[in-house]
Amino acid sequence: METFIHQVVAGIAAGGVYASLALALVMIYQSTHHINFAQGEIAMFATYMAWTLINAGVSYWLAFVCTILLSFSLGVLIQRIIIRPVENAPVLNIVVVFIGLLVILNSIAGWVFTYTIKAFPSPFPKEQPFGLFFISSHELGSIGVTMVLLLLLYSFFKFTPLGLAMRAAAQNPDSSRLVGIRVGWMLALGWGLAAAIGSVAGMMIAPVVFLEPNMMSGILLYAFAAALVGGIDSPGGAVLGGFIVGILENILGAYVIGTELKLSVALVLIIVVLTIKPAGLFGKVIVSRV
Amino acid sequence: MSRMLLEVKDLFAGYGATEVLHGLSMQIEEGSITTLLGANGAGKTTTLRALSKMIKVRGQILFDGQAIEGKATEDIVRLGVAHVPDGRGTFGSLSTEENLQLGSYTRKDKHEVALDQEKMYSYFPRLKERRNQQAGTLSGGEQQMLAIARALMLRPRLLLLDEPSFGLAPLIVREIFDIMQTINQRDKVTILLVEQNAAMALDLANYAYLLETGKLVLSGLSKDLKQDEAVRRSYLGH
Repeated sequence: METFIHQVVAGIAAGGVYASLALALVMIYQSTHHINFAQGEIAMFATYMAWTLINAGVSYWLAFVCTILLSFSLGVLIQRIIIRPVENAPVLNIVVVFIGLLVILNSIAGWVFTYTIKAFPSPFPKEQPFGLFFISSHELGSIGVTMVLLLLLYSFFKFTPLGLAMRAAAQNPDSSRLVGIRVGWMLALGWGLAAAIGSVAGMMIAPVVFLEPNMMSGILLYAFAAALVGGIDSPGGAVLGGFIVGILENILGAYVIGTELKLSVALVLIIVVLTIKPAGLFGKVIVSRV
Repeated sequence: MSRMLLEVKDLFAGYGATEVLHGLSMQIEEGSITTLLGANGAGKTTTLRALSKMIKVRGQILFDGQAIEGKATEDIVRLGVAHVPDGRGTFGSLSTEENLQLGSYTRKDKHEVALDQEKMYSYFPRLKERRNQQAGTLSGGEQQMLAIARALMLRPRLLLLDEPSFGLAPLIVREIFDIMQTINQRDKVTILLVEQNAAMALDLANYAYLLETGKLVLSGLSKDLKQDEAVRRSYLGH
């Protein structure tokens, strides 16, 4: 029973990371109708920036905040310089750009930081918190950080004029221009936010999976599965999907299929959702008249 | 001599290779209601889209004496031009109140905005009942009211209205036309109205323009156009 509880809690901790990254994917999808395949690599790159700062002697939480800001700028720059010129290009061109971005970021990270696996520190203590046996401090802290992040994002989109403008721009660009919203900048802002969210996901998962240029490839797959389970156009669904995938992956990995096959849980989920319920749990079913 | 709020000279516009407006010239007097009549495909919607630069144009557009043909839609909005597009353009998944808030996105006078919001609810009491409802679930008439209210939240000097009566029951259309009269007289908003319902539009408007395949063929006081033989036969049905 104790191990079972621990598996669930570990699933929630990992699920928070998947949820964050899934949310980043959904945000870009909602405004552009494209899946950003490079989302994981942006997070990985951000984690390296944090690692560099920490190694240079910056305290963890200062590095944490700086990384979020740097990632935000990186996201905005990528949108303005790389994505904007191909905005109206056919879908395949954009997919190629995303994959190109993935490969480039991955190679730059390998070239600058080498492919050697590095340990990434956790800001939370080593010992179990409050004498609890079923959760580590990092898991608890990671859950807390994710929750704060999600709450901040929710408040931003729900209660601020800028958040409202971003939602409007994603939903109806033409009408948004007619009320004076600068839609192009809202897209850039969306990329910045997505990159910032991804950076938090990267920093929270890095102590668990270790830091290396390919560390996010598996995580991104779980995040895809999470976004699809929740519904690719539903931010709330993506978050719930993240936790579902996290828990499912841990329990199946521990009791049914073994850790080696864990990643296939994500693939199976993706296939099942796409064949049985493509809209996911909370997604909009799109019906078109012919 | 009355002041012109909008002057259009030799305007060409279209979609890709298809040119719809072939050298349109028109003027809109400050404080007036002007209606733009014409058959389907004459270029009425295109004219409005050109004026708020939703499409590329050639020619000159002067708003309050200032050339705006080179400006972006977002900046034209900031000068005080509100556009209720065809199909209403409401934000379906956002609430009624959020739609209104977006209408005042460019304004910084928070207190006045709050007053204006209450004013919109007094013009359209039904929107107040639906303030927290998703705009996409409103009826067609309510969505049209919301679209107009959202445009008015800008406190526009010029309101461009694209077929506000489209697909609505006669009673609702009457209600919307009455509101247009009110906002023109009480709030001094200049209105350019594109309408299929020529009889009602001519009754409401001071001036009318008749558009045929991208060119103006007739213009004048609406009460004169109402008497015009050709207009009566083609657009009024008697």
